[in-house]
Amino acid sequence: MTTMDSDSLRTSSRQAIQDQEYPTKTVLSSLLSIEDALGWIPEESIEEVADFMKATINDVWAVASFYTNFRFAPPTPNTIEVCWGPSCHLVGAMGLAEKALDALGLENEGDTEDGAVTFKFNTCLGACSHAPVVAVNHKLKGQCSEDRLSELLTQIRNGS
Amino acid sequence: MTVRFEELKKAADESWVGLHGQQAWIRVGSAICGEAAGSEEVIEALQGEVAKRGIKATVSIVGCLGPCYAEPLVDIITPGGSRVFYNNVTPELVPQIIEAHIANGQPDSQLAFAYEGDTAVEEVSPLYDLPMMKGQVRIAMRNAGNIDPFDINQYIANGGYAGLDRALTSMTPEEVLQEVKDSGLRGRGGAAFPTGVKWGFLVGSKSPVKYILCNCEEGDPGAFNDKGILESDPHTLIEGTIIAGYTTGASNGIVFIRHGHEGPIVKTQQAIKQAYEAGLLGKNILGTDFNFDIEVSLTGDSYVAGEETALMESIEGKRAMPRFRPPFPAAYGVWGKPSNINNIKTLAYVPEIVSKGGEWFSSIGYERSKGTAIICLSGHIQRPGMIEVPMGITINQVLYDIGGGPTPGHSLRMLQTGGPLGGVLSADKASTTLDYESMAAAGAILGSGGIIVADERTCAVNMARVLAAFCQFESCGKCFPCRLGTGHLVEVLERISRSESRPGDLELMKSVGTSMAASSLCGHGQLGYNPIQSALSYFEEDFRSHIVDGKCPTGQCSEPIIAPQRTRPHRWSAPAQGRAPLPAGRLALR
Repeated sequence: MTTMDSDSLRTSSRQAIQDQEYPTKTVLSSLLSIEDALGWIPEESIEEVADFMKATINDVWAVASFYTNFRFAPPTPNTIEVCWGPSCHLVGAMGLAEKALDALGLENEGDTEDGAVTFKFNTCLGACSHAPVVAVNHKLKGQCSEDRLSELLTQIRNGS
Repeated sequence: MTVRFEELKKAADESWVGLHGQQAWIRVGSAICGEAAGSEEVIEALQGEVAKRGIKATVSIVGCLGPCYAEPLVDIITPGGSRVFYNNVTPELVPQIIEAHIANGQPDSQLAFAYEGDTAVEEVSPLYDLPMMKGQVRIAMRNAGNIDPFDINQYIANGGYAGLDRALTSMTPEEVLQEVKDSGLRGRGGAAFPTGVKWGFLVGSKSPVKYILCNCEEGDPGAFNDKGILESDPHTLIEGTIIAGYTTGASNGIVFIRHGHEGPIVKTQQAIKQAYEAGLLGKNILGTDFNFDIEVSLTGDSYVAGEETALMESIEGKRAMPRFRPPFPAAYGVWGKPSNINNIKTLAYVPEIVSKGGEWFSSIGYERSKGTAIICLSGHIQRPGMIEVPMGITINQVLYDIGGGPTPGHSLRMLQTGGPLGGVLSADKASTTLDYESMAAAGAILGSGGIIVADERTCAVNMARVLAAFCQFESCGKCFPCRLGTGHLVEVLERISRSESRPGDLELMKSVGTSMAASSLCGHGQLGYNPIQSALSYFEEDFRSHIVDGKCPTGQCSEPIIAPQRTRPHRWSAPAQGRAPLPAGRLALR
């Protein structure tokens, strides 16, 4: 994703807020629309949401910082999520997390140094019958073995 | 425009007959379980194969039939033939299946999993003779896996909206309420409060705007039945919600789903749109003077948003933190208007209760727990999946007869039921019957219906630590006993699991847990100590092994402890997280 300057971030945020498909528009629905459109919540968006919803910047930051799905830095091209709910934990989620973190050179959630991949934990991806579950760019991969995870990581690195 | 139900029904029946007419109909299980197993690739392969051979066939998606372990599950019905199911289909198997079943007209008995219909398939079992399907009573899941969730006609052709038609045209709201009371239906979200009584509260609140809130936040790891219903049969929820609206005099419905769960969101939005087009929502529903609107509201990632008052805060676009009660939702709910909150599963029963009567529903089930339980099996079990069984059968029957027992070569040790706050049970408690009272007496809850099975490789300290870490991560932070207490509990459990405990650690946890229970606003803090307490009561020997002998009884605790960083402010500002620091003007009031 190309980096946008402050003005275009402002314009895109305003666009996303106005175009949101939610019949009842709130601070949260506006933030979710921006997250969907831009992949993150830049400072400019916070101000735009405050302006549109007639809320204070404080109020908007309060909501944005509460929900863990919001990012405050530009997105990386790839996201890998490992589910750590009890079902997945029992059948090897910790091994998968360790393996992924090792391969990505990370200690916990975050972006790789080269800005290519984001690693996230998810408390439940919702496919517990196929535990352990990982999601690569929001696509679920059930019954994921460590070997399969390595393959997926290689595919991400090769850009496929 | 007013539409009579008979016209809708006639058109729907014709379309259903059409699907069984001249050409093959292929259905692919594409709920979240199918998706995780790779259904998307299978659908592509099927469409490609059918096109390549020039075969006329309809390929549709359906929801979750229940045996998730068999996904991707494909079924084919040819004109005049039986419906034949194929399990664990890969794109590579597709040409073989199409060749045999459609090109040669002979179902592939080697690959087939089951059949349903009058024509038997050699060496293949009838669907409802499969151990996983036998013994199930499917009410809320009656259409799951059978109909295309995107097609309202398929729902209507299978009896859908008949309950709504009956309620609107031949019953008064009081009569519908009485049916629901007679049915003995209780809330399936966890608290098990009688639904009819709850609706009665809303009836008593006078206001031109009243809300029916449908809760599909479903953050419980191990439970996926709410999402499963919305992905398989969203119209059953829409119909149940409209009936709830008619009964209580409400004007609006809101379906509350977590952002990011695309399947349930898209299917519900589509269902609402179709219901409006068919005159089942909006003004003068089915030609009566009843008006009702439904919309979808999304929340961000937050477990506590599933708590009824936090849910209302989230709908209003605020932080999902619980409110003080009273005032209760029936008096002062979302946007300050009277509101009623029901779980998706609860509302999904309503159409059938109205169609077939409360007495019919109350004939199923056990003592004070009427109807069925929708259970999600996961963990160390042979046949994980989503099933619907009558209340009153034992956990053992569910685990062994339906789920096939623990993973081969292993033995049952522990059960985690009803969501992360529900606590754990020992294997000998698997003789408990599935009903609210017996589960409570055993020290667990039926809750959202998740049963996570753990075998002898599992250490109770490890399980308690993971559950506590979940509670800690998801604490909303409003009440400090929960915010600080959950963190304290995780700290102590991590010490114990590394066999570095200090004297008095168990007493310390108990005292923290007692404070949390006494002084937290919602169930999250009140029940936050529950997983640890239940692990201690059933598996004290595991804790003793860690504390006294300095070793893990199963070796499981030797794995590294990795979990999301625990407190949100820390995640928020850490530069290593790739997050920008707070802007300088953050405190400025506009």
